Amino acid sequence: MNFPILSSLILLPTVGALFLFFTKDKEGNNSTAKYVALFTTIVNFLISIYLWIYFDQSTSSFQFVEDRTWIEGFINYKVGVDGISILFIILTTFITPLCIISVNNSIKNRLRDFLIAILIMESFMIGVFCALDLVVFYLFFEAGLIPMFLIIGIWGGPKRVYSAFKFFLYTLLGSVLMLVAIISIYWITGTTDVVQLYELGIDAKYQNLLWLAFFSSFAVKTPMWPVHTWLPDAHVEAPTAGSVLLAAILLKMAGYGFIRFSLGLFPVASEVFTPLIYTLSVIAIIFTSFIALMQEDMKKLIAYSSVAHMGFVTLGIFTLQQQGIEGSIIQMISHGLVSAALFLCVGVVYDRMHSRMINSYGGIVTIIPKYSILFMLFTLAALGLPGTSGFIGEFLILMGAFKDNFLVAVIASLGVILGAAYMLWLYKRVVFGKLNNEDLKKMFDLNRSEYLILSCLAVPTLFFGFYPDPLINTIEVSVTDLINMHNTNIASK
Amino acid sequence: MENLNLVLPEIFISLSIMFLLVLGVFKKNSSKITFNLSLFTILIAAIITINETFSVSRETLFNESVVIDSMSSLMKIITLIGGFLVLVISSTYLKTFKIYNIEYPVLILSSILGMMVMISSNDLIVFYMGLELQSLALYVLATYNRDQLKSSEAGLKYFVLSALSSGLLLYGCSLVYGFSGSTNFDIISNQLNSNEYVLTFGIVFILVGLAFKISAVPFHMWAPDVYEGSPTTVTLFFTIVPKIAALTVFIRFLYVPFQNLIDQWQMIIIFLSIASMVFGAVAAIGQTNIKRLIAYSSIGHIGYTLAGLATASNEGIQSSIIYISIYVVMNLALFSCLLMLRRKDQYYEDIEDLSGLSKNHPLLSLCLLVILFSLAGIPPLAGFFAKFYVFKAVLEQSMFFLAIVGLLSTVIAAFYYLRIIKIIYFDKEKDKYDTDHSLWLKFSLTVSTILILLYFIFPSQLIEVVSRINIIS
Repeated sequence: MNFPILSSLILLPTVGALFLFFTKDKEGNNSTAKYVALFTTIVNFLISIYLWIYFDQSTSSFQFVEDRTWIEGFINYKVGVDGISILFIILTTFITPLCIISVNNSIKNRLRDFLIAILIMESFMIGVFCALDLVVFYLFFEAGLIPMFLIIGIWGGPKRVYSAFKFFLYTLLGSVLMLVAIISIYWITGTTDVVQLYELGIDAKYQNLLWLAFFSSFAVKTPMWPVHTWLPDAHVEAPTAGSVLLAAILLKMAGYGFIRFSLGLFPVASEVFTPLIYTLSVIAIIFTSFIALMQEDMKKLIAYSSVAHMGFVTLGIFTLQQQGIEGSIIQMISHGLVSAALFLCVGVVYDRMHSRMINSYGGIVTIIPKYSILFMLFTLAALGLPGTSGFIGEFLILMGAFKDNFLVAVIASLGVILGAAYMLWLYKRVVFGKLNNEDLKKMFDLNRSEYLILSCLAVPTLFFGFYPDPLINTIEVSVTDLINMHNTNIASK
Repeated sequence: MENLNLVLPEIFISLSIMFLLVLGVFKKNSSKITFNLSLFTILIAAIITINETFSVSRETLFNESVVIDSMSSLMKIITLIGGFLVLVISSTYLKTFKIYNIEYPVLILSSILGMMVMISSNDLIVFYMGLELQSLALYVLATYNRDQLKSSEAGLKYFVLSALSSGLLLYGCSLVYGFSGSTNFDIISNQLNSNEYVLTFGIVFILVGLAFKISAVPFHMWAPDVYEGSPTTVTLFFTIVPKIAALTVFIRFLYVPFQNLIDQWQMIIIFLSIASMVFGAVAAIGQTNIKRLIAYSSIGHIGYTLAGLATASNEGIQSSIIYISIYVVMNLALFSCLLMLRRKDQYYEDIEDLSGLSKNHPLLSLCLLVILFSLAGIPPLAGFFAKFYVFKAVLEQSMFFLAIVGLLSTVIAAFYYLRIIKIIYFDKEKDKYDTDHSLWLKFSLTVSTILILLYFIFPSQLIEVVSRINIIS
């Protein structure tokens, strides 16, 4: 196919942003800008669905590939998708319109600028998942910092400056080492094209250092313990739509990076460092679950739960088992949906009460029943109840882990119990119990747009919980191939 | 008969300077016409340079004391364009301070002439002559706002320290001459391959003198004070144009006369580079005046350019030249913004004055946002590519330590750029600034910002031009 469908996916939001840029910024009612942004992102979503329909699930090679000379004799602009990346692209294009619908209540000033930032962010995020050249990947990966920094800094809460700086500098510090590694790969092999690198392989003696450099970037972004501290701050201060993007998509860039680059490019080093990843993942699962139990702030609690869930993801990836990696991908997709929904749920009550503290709520089930039902659904999905997408992911990851390392799997399973504990306790304290705060009675139930967003997220959460086949079929061949490639590489070294 | 067409731009500028001086003496109120004629002169000189020398691969003139090659013609063009833009956006500022006189364009022209001589020099004496011509013009320019104490102080400081460094440089030249028996770069390069200690002294003195001119750490002390004290347009001139010339001379010295002594100078350059990168990043954090901050930031940027030079490879030299070209554009854009911070004939230059700029001046703030992220080296802006090429060249020579220190210092540097963005975007707004800027100022800001923003679409063009520069054969 000749039509550059992936480039149009990447560019379309930017075009929408440009369009918004040239419209007049009106204070107050600015629905035109919102409709333009919404229209752009929905068209983008439809394109990505079209992509999924025409995606050939029977091959693991990259599809819809575009390859253009970018810097003569050095870098090609190369994009393409395989079974692993296509789901993340769809997740991105699915979440972004929901974010845009959600800005109705939370963003009061400079709505147009906010929408521009979100649209540009979408371009960069899609770019990250499409890129098949290390330099192109790095470009998109880093460029995403700019809009996110502004989203947190301009529209965030009271400690926004501190959080925005922490987010930016942490991530940048991790990433510069990756840049050194990327240039070194070019110096060692003479190319930065991922497909060629898969075929060429990288000399085993360089792999450990290169792996560590990539790890430093992905570990910060995932985030793994002990470099996770930027995440709670960023989540708490970011506006709801920002938190949603951050939790649902930005964190997935790192998981995706681990699968695509750490496993694919450095098989030997991945084996060497598996114990390190296991240790950090298990610490993340157990330790941050305990921290989550102690939180007073709902957003912070969900942020820590994200760290724990991403711990499962990294654990699953490095089991190097079919189930483990598939589970990780499904867990990432599911976490994308569920954490987005949970942040939106917090956003709903925050917009009404202007408090995120758990103890200022309680007994709201009788006042806003619709909200309580949906919140319940996502709480259960977050703790991995069978019948929700969260279960499939965690189950497959643990299955993979049991095959690889019994002890690690047992400890990680404890994390599932802790997850249930903090999520259910959160739900109990917020929704059930006595109605102590009189102000809560003034709360009104979900309005139309909130209802729409949360239902949109609830449908796939349940659907993939009962019927994960569409997801598994899409990723299966690519994951099998990745593992085969990994095993042959290990065997030959 | 020598082909004088090759030095026609220099001859043309010299004649113009004399004519303009005479014009200034005999015609009253001739400031405006002098300005316009100087702009015209620079433009013509640029056109001649492109026409006559751009396709020349390497020619020497005047007993091999002047060299015209692809590096010199490219650097001359950048110098001329830089000089043109500085001059063209200066007028409003100078009129505000009532220093819109004929001397200003003439001084700028003479320093440009000096720089062009430096860029083309292939001989110690020609080099020194060019250097002194540009320095003398710059001393006067620094004190140009003579009613202000700070400006006079800046000029004096610059004069004393610069004279000292010229002295060191001259001493170094004499030692090198003593060892090689010639002032010609090519002959020196053939004669010098000994390991004499005294010769090392000569090299060190020359490098110190040059490091002073480009304000590399530890010879940077003059830069913050001079940058802060000089009139803003002169600061702009200081931050871009002399750096281009000094960098060219740096390249020329390292890779022509000293090409066989790489072992002796490589450590020095690496040290200068690391010290400048780290110091430039750390020292800028505490600054409150934008011009001082730019001084420290430009020290940092010089560190990155030197990192390219330290590699002793053609790729390294090319990456340094790309870096300085992109740096010129970024600084031009930044100063255009700074010159727009005007309210009722008063210019503001504290970082705090930018507070909440985005509410009243969204477009200006957006430009600043792009420029600052680019200076910080965040992709996909031009500043990232500049650093990328330099580090690619550095890593190709396996200089991992230099690359990692450099990249870590970009993270530190990112902090103070972010701090300005924070002040612009996150803080409370202040009063509005005037918006009736001259067309040229708007033009230079728009064009340079667009170049920075969209460089990533066509990165190959600049590389293509620069890749013709192969100093090491």
